[in-house]
Amino acid sequence: MSIPVYILKRVLQAIPLLIIISIMSFIMLKLAPIDPLAYLRANPAISAQAIKAEEERLGLNKPPVVQYFIWLSNLVRGDLGVSTTGGSVFLLLMQRAGNTLLLSILTIFFTWMIALPAGVWAAVNRGQWVDKFFGIFTTIGMSMPTFLMALLLLMAALATRLLPIGGLTSPDFFERDFLGQALDLAQHLVIPVTVLTFIGLAGIQRQVRGNLLDVLRAEYVRTARAKGLPEDKVIYRHALRNAINPLITLFGFEFAALLSGAALTETVLAYPGLGRLTLEAVLTKDMNLVMAALMLGAVMLIMGNLLADILLKLVDPRITLE
Amino acid sequence: MIQEAPGFAPPTVAPRTRKTPWQRLWRDPLARAGLIVLAILYISSGLADPIAPYSMYFNDPDVANAPPTPVHWQDDNGHQTWPYVHPVERHFDPMTFRQTYFEKTDQSLPIRLFIKGEDYRILGIIPGDIHLFGVEAPARLFLLGSDINGRDNLSRLFFGAQKSLTIGFLGLFIAFPIGIVYGGISGFVGGLVDNMMMRVAEAVMSIPSFYLLIGLAAILPAGMTSSERFALITVILSLIGWAGLARVIRGMVLSIREEEFVLAARAAGLPEFVNIVKHVIPQTASFLIVAATLQVPSFILSESGLSFIGLGIQQPDASWGNMLKAALDNVNDLLNQPWLIAPGVLIFITILCFNTVGDVLRDVLDPKTQGTG
Repeated sequence: MSIPVYILKRVLQAIPLLIIISIMSFIMLKLAPIDPLAYLRANPAISAQAIKAEEERLGLNKPPVVQYFIWLSNLVRGDLGVSTTGGSVFLLLMQRAGNTLLLSILTIFFTWMIALPAGVWAAVNRGQWVDKFFGIFTTIGMSMPTFLMALLLLMAALATRLLPIGGLTSPDFFERDFLGQALDLAQHLVIPVTVLTFIGLAGIQRQVRGNLLDVLRAEYVRTARAKGLPEDKVIYRHALRNAINPLITLFGFEFAALLSGAALTETVLAYPGLGRLTLEAVLTKDMNLVMAALMLGAVMLIMGNLLADILLKLVDPRITLE
Repeated sequence: MIQEAPGFAPPTVAPRTRKTPWQRLWRDPLARAGLIVLAILYISSGLADPIAPYSMYFNDPDVANAPPTPVHWQDDNGHQTWPYVHPVERHFDPMTFRQTYFEKTDQSLPIRLFIKGEDYRILGIIPGDIHLFGVEAPARLFLLGSDINGRDNLSRLFFGAQKSLTIGFLGLFIAFPIGIVYGGISGFVGGLVDNMMMRVAEAVMSIPSFYLLIGLAAILPAGMTSSERFALITVILSLIGWAGLARVIRGMVLSIREEEFVLAARAAGLPEFVNIVKHVIPQTASFLIVAATLQVPSFILSESGLSFIGLGIQQPDASWGNMLKAALDNVNDLLNQPWLIAPGVLIFITILCFNTVGDVLRDVLDPKTQGTG
């Protein structure tokens, strides 16, 4: 099957999946006993009429099944609806998604830049102090809750006064020139990227090490050594290339996992990302916003997997798409 | 067995005795350390009432947000003495809005062992009123400071452990049966049913788990008793964990049912359902044990994350997650009150131990290394 046909097939397969997800999410949210207009009702200055109008606008006075179909038909037309606080859900999501994407891409970049060489280094020096050091390091990383790590780094930032505490921009951000803005962003990104990289690093470094160790036992590696190839060529040309396959699948998963895993980190660090937006939306039962965020999360996960499968095909000619 | 040819020297390696997986797990120093620490954590959470100096709800509003009570080891002349504490008094500075605590040194109260204190029932059954250590009023022994309501942080850590540590196992008891039965049926029936069942499992897996978690937690109505809430949070956690397991079990059932010993049983006339239950499912046991050991920490992590953002266990009940929330609320002053992150450290230690034990257990139960070592 050629790649475009394969992509088309996977996209078509994803549609029923997304419908199931949307129904599940919708039922879940409808069961929640939070009143999305509670903050309006609590305000005596707002008349009952205004609240009625608001219900009408959000479609809250119709039965849930009708509400679902209204939502679905709007979605098909590309309209994600409005948030309970006003603004368009689409714009809100885009605003925050950009921040989360920035965080995710930086995290993935640093994670792999560190995990690959570290995994190779540990595998080559198996059982020696480097390997043991990374073993301890990754065990800590796998067991460290993101929120604890974020709190610890915040403490470090407070103690050294080198880094800003939380947020993404300083109050005077818009008065700075371009270079100043970039520097400000970078300073604010250090802590969240470090937290997420440290946590993500652990699993990938272990995978790289484990896969490489398996491959190093293979016969073609022995052949390559026997014919006198220098060791680094054996490792990087022959072994690592074959060890990389399972990692690509992991890469697809990681992208979506970051989205979800970053929610707590974003909350602790007051980072204006998608995770914190979703959390706040769930707490105020902002239906349209939560539905859109859940769907976006699911779409990203499905896309991540698809991307990984196609990458696998491109990297490894033995794999056939079916 | 390979018969040794006569004339050959017997092998010089020491005879390898076959050890049970449990013995091999215990022989590993890291796994042993992990098991010991976990045992200590679980025992002390079970015996929280007699060990902790105060109960979970005990509060002294006059000593709110206090730093750890200083324990003195020397008397006025500088001689070593039995540890004692002073009562503390709060001072409020109207200029800086800061409160400070001063020790009233005219009164010294020794720390007593096996002191009579609040009444309790261990695990709701065994009554008693003896606490391992404590001081007499008016002094308070808040070794990790007190929270905003003047409750003892250390005591609440013990009681929080009861929630945080059991929720992982309880979640397991719900998620695993669902996963095994669901995956088993899917693999057993096959065809269209299998296809439909797997699509639903995939849908659950395709929602980023943390979003699903907070969505489900938001369903819980506000006016629940703490035990109802605890039970429902357990259910929610297990709703997240079953789908991945179901998929793996289905895959294993599909491949194991083609193994020769299963074919033999089938040929001998064993009904397929009995065959699956008797021969196929037991083959997944070592996978399940390892998966369970590694699933518990992820449940513990989810619960504490949920409580940390205020959707899990609610005040006045303690859980490590909602205690750590105090650190988030005081984040700008965290440097002056580092004891607030103690619950986070305990979460970390617990997960570390479970992961270490799980890792070693995986090696021990790996069929490739079975029977050696």
